[in-house]
Amino acid sequence: MPFGQMERGTTVETVLTRAGIWLVVFILAIAAIALAADGAYAIHMGIVAAAALVALTATVTRADYTAAANSILRAPADPSRYDDDPIRWGIIATVFWGMAGFAAGLFIAAQLAWPVLNLEPYLNFGRLRPLHTSAVIFAFGGNALIATSFYIVQRTCRARLALPGVARFVFWGYQLFIVLAATGYLLGATQGKEYAEPEWYVDWWLTIVWVAYLAVFVGTILKRKEPHIYVANWFFLAFILTVAMLHVVNNLDVPVSIFGSRSYPVFGGVQGALVQWWYGHNAVGFFLTAGFLAMMYYFVPKQAERPVYSYRLSIIHFWSLIFLYIWAGPHHLHYTALPDWAQTLGMVFSVMLWMPSWGGMINGLMTLNGAWDKVRTDPIIRMMVMSLAFYGMSTFEGPMMSIKSVNSLSHYTDWTIGHVHSGALGWNGMITFAAIYFLVPRLWNRERLYSLRMVNWHFWLATAGIVFYAASMWVAGITQGLMWREYGADGYLVNSFAETVSALHPMYILRAFGGVLYLAGAVLLVVNVWATILGKLRSEKPMNDAAYDAEADRPYVPAMAN
Amino acid sequence: MTGHSFYETLRHLADSWGLLIMMLAFLVLAAWPFRPGARQRNEDAATMIFKDENDG
Repeated sequence: MPFGQMERGTTVETVLTRAGIWLVVFILAIAAIALAADGAYAIHMGIVAAAALVALTATVTRADYTAAANSILRAPADPSRYDDDPIRWGIIATVFWGMAGFAAGLFIAAQLAWPVLNLEPYLNFGRLRPLHTSAVIFAFGGNALIATSFYIVQRTCRARLALPGVARFVFWGYQLFIVLAATGYLLGATQGKEYAEPEWYVDWWLTIVWVAYLAVFVGTILKRKEPHIYVANWFFLAFILTVAMLHVVNNLDVPVSIFGSRSYPVFGGVQGALVQWWYGHNAVGFFLTAGFLAMMYYFVPKQAERPVYSYRLSIIHFWSLIFLYIWAGPHHLHYTALPDWAQTLGMVFSVMLWMPSWGGMINGLMTLNGAWDKVRTDPIIRMMVMSLAFYGMSTFEGPMMSIKSVNSLSHYTDWTIGHVHSGALGWNGMITFAAIYFLVPRLWNRERLYSLRMVNWHFWLATAGIVFYAASMWVAGITQGLMWREYGADGYLVNSFAETVSALHPMYILRAFGGVLYLAGAVLLVVNVWATILGKLRSEKPMNDAAYDAEADRPYVPAMAN
Repeated sequence: MTGHSFYETLRHLADSWGLLIMMLAFLVLAAWPFRPGARQRNEDAATMIFKDENDG
């Protein structure tokens, strides 16, 4: 049933039921504050109570609220239009969390260069670092994935979102997850597992939101009007299903108390480490790769106005990633207590991943076959091409670093940080920026973006920023790796750890400078998106124009013979 | 069955039948779009994203 009709058809009883549920949640949260075993838990339950109160108010005053939202966001209640409200909110949330995450990243980069910036205890590096990683991966990336998946699944199924109310719950529920996760880190409530830091009750909440997300996505596919399910939806579905499995298994914890924020994992020792990195690497493989590839397989053909180079190759790309990625996790545990055969298995599957990844990169790039001039004339296409280039680069670098002998040099050094950022800033960041620039004029019914020239500036600032970041971290990582393993003639290590840290200082400053450039580019994104939503058009020289020379635009006059 | 032999059973299953079934499943899935007569379907699938002009 279309959203508009459902809203009008909402009876008094359903409003009362929903309000009752929110009231119960509110009362339970208040009781949990009273019984809380620790401060972080009490504050979190305070946030939950506030969220329940907001939801309660919104439910009771629903009609006015929807009308108000419609007037701001210009949502059509017309069933012949797609249901784009949650997508508009999602794009705004993506831009907002992106800025927060990039700024946090720049700040912690500065903390590494100038340790005096560690503001104890809440804003020290140890607490801000997971805040940065979660903000960019789950808040910026996650909102981009939810918004674009809702956009793409509707267009490629030619059907409106199934379960519109649940889709709205997914958006707001996911924001609550982000707020709980971020405040938890600052308050010191963490499981201490990389990319899986949120504590047990936040994990449970995310599980509920994620199942709702799956229901909306699959429901929309089931009511599709197109016979074929477009390949982008395959990637999105793999992303949603696999992340659900990874999240649940890696967060099987026993809480110390249901009124406290502490918990202990079910898996211990090397099993725990393997489960963590099975999760961690597939978060990269299915969240940051499969999900963003889905964006690539829709937005690159749309912006280039030509179909994907080879649909068959996209299917091979899909199945190869699915069958290979899930085994690659053990490469995070080379030279640890993990059995040797498992380490080798992880390495072999990581190396095999190189080929399908490059197949996908080639498929994306060759979509521009016959339209290569667009790289020169269209800054959005240029962003997409750069993003694919970084996809190719980091999917070569990754397999190389998973080889044990390379890993013995690179592991635990800043090379890993450089590798992650060439993938995250280059591939995930650039394809998301391109998708935002593609979507904003369409979602808000604007003739075009506020300024294409600002997109161009964003492109160059971001690219230069990544170059500074990746290059400085390569040098830093190799320096670190070589200094750590350097033995003197007497068999003792030559360098103390502190000496390696001081050797890296200039590289840390260069990395922070790269972060400044990348953040500056993102500021242009904010201005451009904001002005486009407001309906402004910057009068500017077009990006490309045929050459005109007024001097030469004259008839030929033969020289007078004299 | 003791924990150790359960582990042994699973790993022997994994490197024999499990591996074979996974391998065959992968090959069939990857070869599927190359089956005779699939060309038109692939082309329709690749171009269907341009049917939709209602971008509101």
